Amino acid sequence: MEKKYEFLEHTADAKFRAYGKNLQEAFANAAIAMTNIMFDTEKIKPLLNRAVDIKGDDLKSLLVNFLSEFVYLLDAEGFILGRIASLTINKTSQGYRLAAIAKGDKYSDKYETMGDVKAVTYAEMEIREEDKGKCWVQVVVDI
Amino acid sequence: MPKRTELLKELFEEVPSGVGKGGITKLTKEELLDLLEKGSEWSLENGYGTKADLEATEESGRMKQADSRQVSERALARGKPQLGTLGAGNHFLEIQRIDEIYDEEAAGVLGLEKGKITVMIHCGSRGLGHQIASDYIEKMEKKYGYSHLPDRELVNAPLDSELGQQYFKAMCAGMNYAFANRQMIVHWVRESFRKVMGTSEGMSQVYDVCHNIAKIENHKVDGEPKKLCVHRKGATRAFGPGHEEMPEKYRKIGQPVLIPGSMGTASYVLLGTRKAEELSFSSSAHGAGRALSRAAAIRQFRGEQVARELMAQGIEVKAASWKGIAEEAVPSYKDIDEVINTTVKSGIGKAVARLKPIGVVKG
Repeated sequence: MEKKYEFLEHTADAKFRAYGKNLQEAFANAAIAMTNIMFDTEKIKPLLNRAVDIKGDDLKSLLVNFLSEFVYLLDAEGFILGRIASLTINKTSQGYRLAAIAKGDKYSDKYETMGDVKAVTYAEMEIREEDKGKCWVQVVVDI
Repeated sequence: MPKRTELLKELFEEVPSGVGKGGITKLTKEELLDLLEKGSEWSLENGYGTKADLEATEESGRMKQADSRQVSERALARGKPQLGTLGAGNHFLEIQRIDEIYDEEAAGVLGLEKGKITVMIHCGSRGLGHQIASDYIEKMEKKYGYSHLPDRELVNAPLDSELGQQYFKAMCAGMNYAFANRQMIVHWVRESFRKVMGTSEGMSQVYDVCHNIAKIENHKVDGEPKKLCVHRKGATRAFGPGHEEMPEKYRKIGQPVLIPGSMGTASYVLLGTRKAEELSFSSSAHGAGRALSRAAAIRQFRGEQVARELMAQGIEVKAASWKGIAEEAVPSYKDIDEVINTTVKSGIGKAVARLKPIGVVKG
């Protein structure tokens, strides 16, 4: 199986690249990569569903807003992302719209915390759609 | 230090790291809005800290320009459950011993004596502060655009515009959250000492300051006095002696500058200088600075091994995860002694005391 994401060198913050055969998959893997800075997503039980509905003027702001939603859900509601069950991206007259169903669990002591993601940034952000069903996004998050 | 293990355990429980799980206080929205206006004064009103603590806090722990109405619902929702928490990453709480004094007189004013124990707390406005920044970055993009900038993160608004003023007032509310948050943690640190060591008497606050912020200050530019908005990121203010915007008790000696090293090295207390006003708009580094990325540190070090090695040097670590320890391992940071040497040699700061860690709590 091809790798879903990888972490890259960045002295002060955390930088990763997430892959997919299309934008949808790359976005979903980016959310998992980011959550893995804080928790082992493999161990998160998919007990709760969260429907997220995100808008962005362009793809970059869509990605920032999408990832930021999981930072928010963790801080405000204690929701830890385990996996993305479905994700669609549509072009609208104002830009883009993303709808996804996220599965995860409410925070408890049984989940080990490995770090903190404070904010998603536009720094060094890249979104590439290459041929033959290859796509990747690059993100730096403030930790 | 006797009872160190017990004390670290108590501190770890009393001061939650707060990732995901939140703090131990239940706040109403009205209380949170009140806190954002009052800062440390709110903590004092609610039984955390003392009047003397506020006298040893920048701005007396309250940014008067703060306006809680400029803080979004999302920022409030992130900040509410996190009040009173330390956070993870490079945030820490450290028990240290003063092992070197470089300036007896200044150390006396700060209440620092060789052999005495200090506690250093590094944490800020948590998710609330970050959400304020994210919210206003989005608003500034919409209003002023970013296509003319080399980096989208450099989006901005004129300070005297409506949006610029709203952001400034919201940022000040974020500072108040950070002041209040640390004051609560100081209270729990004292409680932990009282429970384990039998007393917390004589635990006076040395200094509390916010960094990674912008402040309106008077500086000289090409010899002319000017009112400036000084952004300090990865830096902290270092006013020299005599500056009026400093707690009265420290006005004669200069602004205390706290520079933490890594877990296994030392932290320093310095004082700002008049020369820093000319050299760096009264700014100093606020930490050793990372030399290795977190990803590289995790590849190179194992948390268990790092903790064992630190223990052999007399430093006990209690952390939420081994990975968190590996990320903060000593070689991940620049040599703090060199950072201090450069700071002192350049004239930006004056060394007062060196603090050696003996116990570390990491979120």
